Amino acid sequence: MADLITYREAVAEGIAREMRRDPAVVCLGEDIGAAGGVFKTAAGLFAEFGPERVWDTPISEQAILGAAMGAAMTGMRPVAEIMFSDFFACCWDYLANEIPKVRYMTGGQVTVPLVVRTANGGGLGFGAQHSQAVENWALAIPGLKIAAPATPADVVGMMAAAIRSDDPVVFFEHKGLFASKGAPAPEGHVVPLGQAAVAREGSDITLVALAATVPLAMAAAEQVAADGISAEVIDLRSLIPLDMATVLGSIARTSRLVIVEENPYQGGWGGTVASIVADDGFESLDAPVQRVTAACVPLPFADVLEQAVIPTTDKVVAAIRRLTSY
Amino acid sequence: MTVESGGATTAALQDHASQAPGTPGTPGEAGGLVQLLTPEGERTDHPGYPLDLPAADIRGLYRDMLLVRRIDTEAISLQRQGELGIWASLLGQEAAQIGSARALAAHDMVFPTYREHGVAWCRGIDPAKLLELYRGVSHGGWAPEEHKFGLYTIVIGSQTLHATGYAMGIQRDGAVGGDGAEAAIVYFGDGATSQGDVNESFVWASVFNAPVVFFCQNNQWAISEPLERQSRIPLYQRARGFGFPGLRVDGNDVLACYAVTKKAMQAAREGQGPTFIEAFTYRMGAHTTTDDPTRYRLASELEMWKLKDPIERVRAYLVRTGQAGPEFFAEVDAEADQLGSRVREACRTMSDPPPLAIFDNVYTEPDAIVAAEREQFAAYLDSFVDGEGEGR
Repeated sequence: MADLITYREAVAEGIAREMRRDPAVVCLGEDIGAAGGVFKTAAGLFAEFGPERVWDTPISEQAILGAAMGAAMTGMRPVAEIMFSDFFACCWDYLANEIPKVRYMTGGQVTVPLVVRTANGGGLGFGAQHSQAVENWALAIPGLKIAAPATPADVVGMMAAAIRSDDPVVFFEHKGLFASKGAPAPEGHVVPLGQAAVAREGSDITLVALAATVPLAMAAAEQVAADGISAEVIDLRSLIPLDMATVLGSIARTSRLVIVEENPYQGGWGGTVASIVADDGFESLDAPVQRVTAACVPLPFADVLEQAVIPTTDKVVAAIRRLTSY
Repeated sequence: MTVESGGATTAALQDHASQAPGTPGTPGEAGGLVQLLTPEGERTDHPGYPLDLPAADIRGLYRDMLLVRRIDTEAISLQRQGELGIWASLLGQEAAQIGSARALAAHDMVFPTYREHGVAWCRGIDPAKLLELYRGVSHGGWAPEEHKFGLYTIVIGSQTLHATGYAMGIQRDGAVGGDGAEAAIVYFGDGATSQGDVNESFVWASVFNAPVVFFCQNNQWAISEPLERQSRIPLYQRARGFGFPGLRVDGNDVLACYAVTKKAMQAAREGQGPTFIEAFTYRMGAHTTTDDPTRYRLASELEMWKLKDPIERVRAYLVRTGQAGPEFFAEVDAEADQLGSRVREACRTMSDPPPLAIFDNVYTEPDAIVAAEREQFAAYLDSFVDGEGEGR
């Protein structure tokens, strides 16, 4: 059996596989050259593909996305890195107003097949401006696709799907998962966007999770298993497209739903999931839907406080116990 | 515990600077480098910046630089020992920071990056407050208005617009020209000059003639990216395109940094608008403690810059001219030892903030969702009660 690889290594591996496969794929971003990315997620790319295809850019988030958009118009498949997802706010015009609207406003004549990669999420004590989980920002923008893998193999498979997509994809790499390990992806591995994974099968309650909340949900499921509660864990993998068929199919069997999301309660992606369940799965439910989210406060710097704000295994367990008491 | 800070500005420093007439950064400096003290510690003159500081003030600048370097050294060690989450070293930039900050008036407003430990020192910020931030127990913790020193800005370059807006506020308060005139100064790096908002701040400061000084510490590296990835022309020359003067100063020369900042701030206060100062210096350490510069730059480059050390040249000058002897240097070293020990102690004894603090200061008035979350979380915490009935 092959050695396990880290999520961090899987990012570079996923990009490298596509760069070998398709000469139109180029990378651009800050410190992705000789430095290999500040999170080492671009390690080896510069050595293998050189400065022609791995561009260290000036410190300009707007320009990184604006140039990626222009390059994509020429037929390239740019993979742009925004160092922290919080910095989407620095280039929001391109991500919200330009890139997702090109195809629509040109009547389908111009497509911008690009990927915006970014280090997302908390749990590492990076404070209010470097720790946010912002998948829900992108979720507010029609025209974007959203990928947020939880395992190294999914990182590789979804990176392939994202880079091959003719639509722009925002690819959220979770900072808290970079050091985590998993099985390597087989050759030619592609995970289509919009296909949720059942990470653990169960019959009493459904836990829907994304990225770093997947391991939390798995740990919580393991914990309640000791008490005879069988929890199913669904890894959504992507938010647009959103695989609600898998979620609805699961609650048809379990009749209970906990959504575990790292963004704040207000405006979080779980609100959309809960809303669809209310529309299409109401008759499956035997208990209210519960969302375990971050508190509606900016993320604190102190480790102890950050854990208080974001979802934890204990909080998921508490939610499971509440719903299974119905 | 209290850690002594360098708050008190040297009164004499405020009085002895040159008040040479004319616009700062006039073409006299084009292509040149304003320097008043060579790397070898030789005093030189510059027609635009005559400076006659008494020995006590130069000794004071030396003391400031040595002490902030000690704070920096201690902080790096504390990070390595797991007491700080991260630290952004100012090693090599002491002259740019101390020289410019000592040139400010008490009522001038400062907008720093996250590396301005020397400027913070001069504004009377307790070094322990800086460590609080890097230990992750607060987001800053000093009162910006009290010290006239904003919170460290971590998102690159955004403080340039804050400073420009503040300067426009000064204008509208009528505090330009005359007695008690004010100005703002904003610190940023070479990498930040590529940011859109920084360029917008140049446009705004220029067309509104705002009383703001742009103090760019060009330390040659933006994490792993060299200056040539940000600009093909010397950074100070960009100012011309925006319509205000720019100049380059030897950023490792504390006297020159003092003189050019003094003059630029005075011009801003008098209503002559912004100046761009490019302090040409070098980041002798890593970008932060998470960075390893050996992966992307040559050791020989660092060796070359060590010969231009900002502290050594002042020491050489003071010794050569007999303005300070062994006793003075021993005194400052002892003071640094003491400061270092106080900083370590303060850092190690910092307590974690209380859990319910996460709900403080989200909104000025109570918010229903946040209040409900606070109540829920308090109940959750109360559910962990030990034998003595003490809540966790």
